[in-house]
Amino acid sequence: MSIKILLKDIPDYHKIEIYRQHGGYENIRKALQKTPEEIIEEVKKSGLRGRGGACFPTGLKWSFMPKDKNIPKFLCVNGDESEPGSFKDRQIFEFNPHQLIEGILISAYAIGAQTSYIYIRGEYAKWIRLMQKALDDAYEAGFVGEKMKETFGTDFYTNIYIHRGAGAYICGEESALMNSIEGKRGYPRVKPPFPAQYGLWGYPTTINNVETIANIPAIIQNGGEWFASIGEPKHPGTLLFGVSGHVNKPGVYELPTGTLLTDIIYKYAGGVPGNKKIKCVIPGGTSMPPIRGDQIEGLKMDAESLKQVGSAIGTGGIIVMDEDTDLVKVLARITKFYWHESCGQCTPCREGTGWMLKILNRILDGRGTSKDLDLLIDVANNIEGHTICALGDAAAWPVKYMIERFRDEFEARVNRSIKIEIPNKVHSMRRTQVPLKEIKINKD
Amino acid sequence: MKMEKIVEVQFSEQELQTIEKLKSRYLKPDSVILEVLYLLQEKYGYITREGMKYAADLLGISEEHVLGVVTFYTMFNTKPVGKYHLQVCTNVSCMLKGAYELLKKLESELNIKKGETTSDGLFTISEVECLGSCGTAPVIQVNQDYYENLNEEKLLQLINELRNK
Repeated sequence: MSIKILLKDIPDYHKIEIYRQHGGYENIRKALQKTPEEIIEEVKKSGLRGRGGACFPTGLKWSFMPKDKNIPKFLCVNGDESEPGSFKDRQIFEFNPHQLIEGILISAYAIGAQTSYIYIRGEYAKWIRLMQKALDDAYEAGFVGEKMKETFGTDFYTNIYIHRGAGAYICGEESALMNSIEGKRGYPRVKPPFPAQYGLWGYPTTINNVETIANIPAIIQNGGEWFASIGEPKHPGTLLFGVSGHVNKPGVYELPTGTLLTDIIYKYAGGVPGNKKIKCVIPGGTSMPPIRGDQIEGLKMDAESLKQVGSAIGTGGIIVMDEDTDLVKVLARITKFYWHESCGQCTPCREGTGWMLKILNRILDGRGTSKDLDLLIDVANNIEGHTICALGDAAAWPVKYMIERFRDEFEARVNRSIKIEIPNKVHSMRRTQVPLKEIKINKD
Repeated sequence: MKMEKIVEVQFSEQELQTIEKLKSRYLKPDSVILEVLYLLQEKYGYITREGMKYAADLLGISEEHVLGVVTFYTMFNTKPVGKYHLQVCTNVSCMLKGAYELLKKLESELNIKKGETTSDGLFTISEVECLGSCGTAPVIQVNQDYYENLNEEKLLQLINELRNK
């Protein structure tokens, strides 16, 4: 029986009274009796790493926040969730919003933030409504806002607001997210300075993923050591694996880190329809390097194990593709996404994603040459690492690794030589078969 | 559909109060720009230049800044859309589950291409990026609502329901 921290099998857990019946909002009470430093220490001990893709240790991130109590500080909770293949945060908004709210309260206390924002993508209208309802209930019960002082008998309080986005993948990038909250275009900022020094409106800010924050109450309740003992020691806890694509039972499965990928696909997601073979798996959202079907045997799903096969855990969005999948089409679609979502700030990404898309479309049309494959990798290499934010890398990796790992398939789609169309018919005829006098010139 | 040109843009007293309330959530008031734009879009169907000017004046920022924001975020329409905005996700997970076939079916059923609006002003088709419904793919977002786990049959049923609404 696997441990469930985030998506518990308790009916109506999203309702505040049910959440409270199961010890809800007691962890913030417990946390407020400790010092912020003690909480940060506990989270460090838990080994919790960010769930938004970069796997950065959460406790360490919090410790970067300045201790000065006289300046405004902010907590942003990233629920932009736009990574293709990723659909986990909405489960938390829908089924466990109060644990997220309690997590925000504890985190805000640990870093000293008086204001917290939950950034939710604009398309999630339904989930924004659900989250707002939970937030209203928590405010009413006195767990959030100024009433906290009364409820918990402390000086600390934080306000939590939902900030809805308006359809931009890039706003999931932490500095773009801050710009979006400030009412600007979602352009990523140059780092350093990092958000802990210069964040929202120039004040210290911490940005954590929704799933990361939702884990916090459980860490306070059961202790960091307990959390560290779940799953893989280097990347402990559970993850919300979102399985989609060619599987019988797509959905979100909460499992400990280090669960075998084959178990996730066959045991939980019900295997591949028609018992087909797996050609390719994207293990953590489309930004992560795809892996071959023959690499998945014995592969554990955690940050370190995936690194060893040349990929990354990302957001845990697993996309399974069966043997009949046209990978050129898949790659062209992925590239189209990054081309569309590139904010346009850095030339390599803005132009490069468009070039890659053009080349891939050419290959799809049957007009590609084998040179095009090397050209694609060349363009990808010129994007990777040459941009302000990670979107450049995210666009480059699928192209680079898909071609590298499925070279045969791509080679089969391109031609060794191409027929060049004669651009000027009259001119070519003059030099070849047709005598000049036979060419009729229409005088009208 | 509001095809006529919107000249006068004006929020009601109540709407202005809502905006004022939202402003207090932020350190600087211009953070509410997205909410102002949402409100404009809700009220007028799409965001016109006049609307942008109104938003700029309301928040004390430049019109150019507003234009930049409006055109940056894909959910803001600068052109009129049909009563039902059919947004078809065609990203990888949906594509693997037949989203492009659905899109084609939709185009032939409504006799328009993506990006176009039916002559009765009822439907607009858009191809959109991942909507975060990969586990329930394919998905179509109609205005604000998600319709998940679609197939051709369910799609046609949905279109008929919307037609008769």
